[in-house]
Amino acid sequence: MYENMEMRQIFCESIDRLMQEDERIIVIDADLARGNGTLSLREKYPQRAFDVGVAEQNMAALAAGMAAYGCVPFILSFTPFATRRICDQIAISIAYAKRNVKIIGSDPGITAELNGGTHMSVEDIGVLRSIPGIVIFEPVDGIQLAKALPQIIAYDGPVYIRLFRKIAPAIFNDSYKFNIFKADMLKEGKDISIFASGIMVDESIKAADILQSEGINAEILNIHTIKPLDIEAIIKSARKTGCVVTCENHNVIGGLGSAVAELLIQEFPVPLKTIGIQDHFGEVGSINYLKKKYKMTAEDIVKVAKDVLSNKI
Amino acid sequence: MDSIEVGFLEEKSNYIRGLIVKEIGNLGVGHIGGCLSVVEALVALYYKHMNINPDNPQMAGRDRFIMSKGHAGPALYAVLADKGYFPLSELDSLNQPETNLPSHCDMLRTKGIDMTAGSLGQGISCAVGMAKASKIWKDDAYIYCIIGDGESQEGQVWEAAMAAAHFKLNNLIVFTDYNKLQIDGTVEEIMGLAPLDKKWEAFGWNVIEVQDGHSITQISDAIIKAKRSRNRPTMLILNTIKGKGVSFVEALGAKSHNSPFSKEQMHSALEELNLGGM
Repeated sequence: MYENMEMRQIFCESIDRLMQEDERIIVIDADLARGNGTLSLREKYPQRAFDVGVAEQNMAALAAGMAAYGCVPFILSFTPFATRRICDQIAISIAYAKRNVKIIGSDPGITAELNGGTHMSVEDIGVLRSIPGIVIFEPVDGIQLAKALPQIIAYDGPVYIRLFRKIAPAIFNDSYKFNIFKADMLKEGKDISIFASGIMVDESIKAADILQSEGINAEILNIHTIKPLDIEAIIKSARKTGCVVTCENHNVIGGLGSAVAELLIQEFPVPLKTIGIQDHFGEVGSINYLKKKYKMTAEDIVKVAKDVLSNKI
Repeated sequence: MDSIEVGFLEEKSNYIRGLIVKEIGNLGVGHIGGCLSVVEALVALYYKHMNINPDNPQMAGRDRFIMSKGHAGPALYAVLADKGYFPLSELDSLNQPETNLPSHCDMLRTKGIDMTAGSLGQGISCAVGMAKASKIWKDDAYIYCIIGDGESQEGQVWEAAMAAAHFKLNNLIVFTDYNKLQIDGTVEEIMGLAPLDKKWEAFGWNVIEVQDGHSITQISDAIIKAKRSRNRPTMLILNTIKGKGVSFVEALGAKSHNSPFSKEQMHSALEELNLGGM
């Protein structure tokens, strides 16, 4: 249904449909509507889709004020400017005040590609995860994004959507049933659990195929919601396989790997390794180049998985 | 406004000062200076100009008020209690464990508080958002907001200023509590704001300077003028005195921002306000 469509187009089409039915929905950009694909909404909704200019702090608190008035505002920027730059506005005006604001950060981690280190958020999940009361969601494909939006709007509270803007490989089909608080079981296995999010899900599937050919049966969970974690699914899988690899397009400090490790060390400790950006800033490069350089390819996952397996008790 | 109404609002202002002194005096410490400087603005709004209903705090289409200088919460609580949003006796719970009256405004805890604020610079953006929402929904509400002069050193205040003018939010009326003092000294020695009126004018606002920010008549006249603004938000610059009405607090100068306040000081302040029996 969404093949060859960019994630930003899918967002724009979906939110357009939802705006027709729900006049509470507002879309606010900070001079990146062209990049985020939301510019076309302004013709149709001149009052409800607008720009605040390059002023993200004002955008966040303005949205909180609109939410206090009963609106459901979506605010958009590139990931670093939608999170770390406005972290206090998110913490106080949005999260502490429990306002129904949806924050979209586009181009997470290495997907910022040629914008390079300044625009490459390696810390956005870590920043927001430590603020109480924010749901953190990273859609893996267009079907998931489209199915998630109505639930995100229905959920009365702040949600951060970590959005890859371009064409994401299809993981799901039309029959997919989405629950924002439940992880997706993509492949059942018994030897090792791979917990992945975002662009790393596709690499994990490739890695599982390689492992399968070598007789290792990996289980894959798509952890689309990093906060709150689907505790039940993660513990169940760790109990079954006895070892874990996490794969994320984020610093291994503060992101999915940290969240899973924090949970398992307390509830069901098993050998665990984290794949992702190893605590350094990003740089200019294509996604494929940076995946290779930062050891985030399917082959890297295979290597780390074998290492973890050898430590399995 | 006739002289009887002015007299009533002046007396009300004095009474609200007494409630603030008691709130902070009972606790022994608080943001006394900046609470006392906003009293007349709050009284003019809540007892004269705002369309609100204490029996229905969430009334649709009501006017909103945001205390962007969130540390002046105790001044607003005194007004809300007197208006009947919650019992006057609750004022004694200021900053006690489990209180509904924390030192900075919290919309989730306190009836009548329209927006949480405390991290400076954010409340005015929230007010801009509300004014924008009111325009979209065409409910004819006015959105009022008080910012501090020290707060106006936050860059976000000027982002909000640009947006409000750009969106032509003539339903937004913001006051600057221009008492010219902040925690570390006078505003002009710490990080000068002057000429404040010219700054707001340059940002596209309808600016009204209120020579005496403690004159009910001057404030009220300014609000009436502000409501006539056709396509610009209004900034009312209130020339105020930090600690107004309690001479030893006024004498503290910048030190009155957050100051210890003993029971003896509370009693002598109430005497000075002719509220000795309160």
